[in-house]
Amino acid sequence: MKIFQRLVPWILLAIALFILPAALDDFRLNLFGRYFALSITALAIDLIWGYTGLLSLGQGIFFALGGYAVAMNLMLNTKSLAGGNGIPKFFENYGVDQLPFFWQPFWSPVFTLIAMWVIPAAVAGLVGWLIFRNRIKGVYFSIITQAALMVFFHFFNGQQKLFDGTNGLKTSTTELFGQLVGSPDMQVWFYRLTVVLLPLAFLVCRYFTSGRFGDALIAIRDDETRLRFAGFNPVPFKTIVFLVAGALCGISGALYTVQSGIVSPQYMSISFSIEMVIWVAVGGRGTLVGPIIGATLVNYLRSLVSEALPDAWLFVQGALFIFVVVLMPDGIYGWLTNGGFRTFLAAFGIAKKSNTYPQLEKEVVPVD
Amino acid sequence: MELFFSQILDGLSIGSVLLLAATGLAIVFGLMGVINLAHGEFMMLGAYVTYVVQSAFKPMGGVIFELYFPVSLVLSFIVTALIGVLLERTLIRQLYGRPLETLLATWGVSLILIQLIRSISTAMMLGIIVGVVVGFLLSKVLAAKFSDKPFFTYLNGLGWAISIGIGLIAVNLFDQIRPLSKAWFGPRNIDVTAPKWLQGSWGMIGGIELPGLRIFIILLSALLLLATYWFLNKSVWGLRIRSVTQNRQMSNCLGIPTDRVDSITFGIGSGLAGVAGCAITLLGSVGPNLGAAYIVSCFMVIVLGGVGNLLGTVLASLLLGIIQSVIGSGTILTVFPNLPEAAKGVIEFFATTSMSLVLVFIFIIVFLQFRPNGMFPQKGRSVDA
Repeated sequence: MKIFQRLVPWILLAIALFILPAALDDFRLNLFGRYFALSITALAIDLIWGYTGLLSLGQGIFFALGGYAVAMNLMLNTKSLAGGNGIPKFFENYGVDQLPFFWQPFWSPVFTLIAMWVIPAAVAGLVGWLIFRNRIKGVYFSIITQAALMVFFHFFNGQQKLFDGTNGLKTSTTELFGQLVGSPDMQVWFYRLTVVLLPLAFLVCRYFTSGRFGDALIAIRDDETRLRFAGFNPVPFKTIVFLVAGALCGISGALYTVQSGIVSPQYMSISFSIEMVIWVAVGGRGTLVGPIIGATLVNYLRSLVSEALPDAWLFVQGALFIFVVVLMPDGIYGWLTNGGFRTFLAAFGIAKKSNTYPQLEKEVVPVD
Repeated sequence: MELFFSQILDGLSIGSVLLLAATGLAIVFGLMGVINLAHGEFMMLGAYVTYVVQSAFKPMGGVIFELYFPVSLVLSFIVTALIGVLLERTLIRQLYGRPLETLLATWGVSLILIQLIRSISTAMMLGIIVGVVVGFLLSKVLAAKFSDKPFFTYLNGLGWAISIGIGLIAVNLFDQIRPLSKAWFGPRNIDVTAPKWLQGSWGMIGGIELPGLRIFIILLSALLLLATYWFLNKSVWGLRIRSVTQNRQMSNCLGIPTDRVDSITFGIGSGLAGVAGCAITLLGSVGPNLGAAYIVSCFMVIVLGGVGNLLGTVLASLLLGIIQSVIGSGTILTVFPNLPEAAKGVIEFFATTSMSLVLVFIFIIVFLQFRPNGMFPQKGRSVDA
């Protein structure tokens, strides 16, 4: 049994790497690649919300920053998209004939590979530190991260000359290694990359949530004031974990961008960032397996519902929010591991009811 | 200079719209600690109530039509307040003391409300009614038979799932009938024409024209604010609300019906949102997505002003409105044409509506670095709990 439990992750990985690509057509495989990319974001949110108790409504910032980094590099290095000056064509629409200075380093693929997680991490670290050092927490933290999200959204949305504004940057028509990024072959490679990176992100999260650092995070979640009275300064812990989450979101955003074919300010919309939270809640916060289940399941459900009844998705999503918060606060994985399924079976008399204190249960006299 | 003052007036009116929207939120968030992300959608409902009232008054024409607006102000308050009470009784009640959970749950409510307005038709309404009635009957029947069984909760859930299914089938059946399947509002924006007495100018002061609409909105928000202040500080229910805010258990012991106080507080907060929505219809066309434009600004106003402080809310909203209007229109450049090049460049960079919002939010985040609890922080031991 124990060997079997050890083997489960490897089996799942093998299925994702070898069986899914063979079984699904290109379109479906691409969708699953996206779900797995979003799962990394879910893991990041679980790290800061499930473990540390910081409900960030602004993870879209870091997600989109990673996406923009990779999209800028791809746009620059595609000859067919270049305009007269050797810079991407869209600049001509706004009368810009010189590449904005911050685009320059993105010529280099090495810089981009580093920037797509370092820039989000740096922004997250800065924003986090500014908020945490003032002991802003709870809902105020959520509201301020949402405001920060709006800052970035309006900035990217309003600056046509810098980022092509609302249109966003299209990556599906760009080239990488002489091949179209949007071509099926490339997409399969991106899928494989995602499948490899997701377990790595999982391991990173496990590293941060285990040991003394993880204990400190859980202590912050459960009673921050007491942790402070015990002589710890929670600010570095919170900043570091927020920074790590930002980096993970950046990687996830980059992977999602190349697979969806576009990055736009919509990635920084309020609704998308709140949606990320519900993936974690559905899967089960405070566990590392839960977010992956949640992100994959909710997004799969989204594809199914939107294909069948486009109008119904908002109803389903809204109901999901309410259902999970009110009736299933531990999420699916939490419900399973906390004995929810057993209780369910016991209620119908299928499984034996387990009592924590059998002695006490017997002595209870019904009050009439 | 005249331009500058008219810009300030403009800012005041933007600020007072914010204030209208934020007053209700200040009550719900400040007094109950509930993060109601569906607040913007209550505003949207208020706007749609106004639209319905206007459409109902249209055939009458003449003087009576001109009076539709006061009627819709009152009606939008009542309707949204009732919906708010319903929401409090069914959902919010389960989540007291867990603000982050209310945030997520009310976001779910807001999604449902948006889609409901987009796609509601007579058929859908009938279907919903069928579903709810069947659900209630079913749960009554099940409760009578199995209420003492351990699997009752699951059975009840199953019953509701079945009744939702029946409701869906009913919607599809009713949809087959032509006139019933037509959407009431549809996803498009709707237009409400302001009554004649609000259009045009209300005279001049010092060479500045006073646009009737803007002055009316400023007056309306001032009036509502005064009414809210009076209600919270001078009326019996206001006293009860404040006492429940301060110490729920003690108030309960002293015989204050805390349940009803919660419902009333939430109802009034939602009702004020409805009135705000009604006023917003005067400013332009409104659509199902109206709420999203206001909700973040509203929360920022409250955080900036200090939670649970009406005066702070007033100052914060007016300040934000004025900053947004003065910067966003680029008036500073026309008033002070002799600024150095660098400053000019910076001001021009921020002189659009969206960039002025960027600046406002950055301003708030920076401000909170120095005053983390807003302009007028709450005092006392219970604050940090």
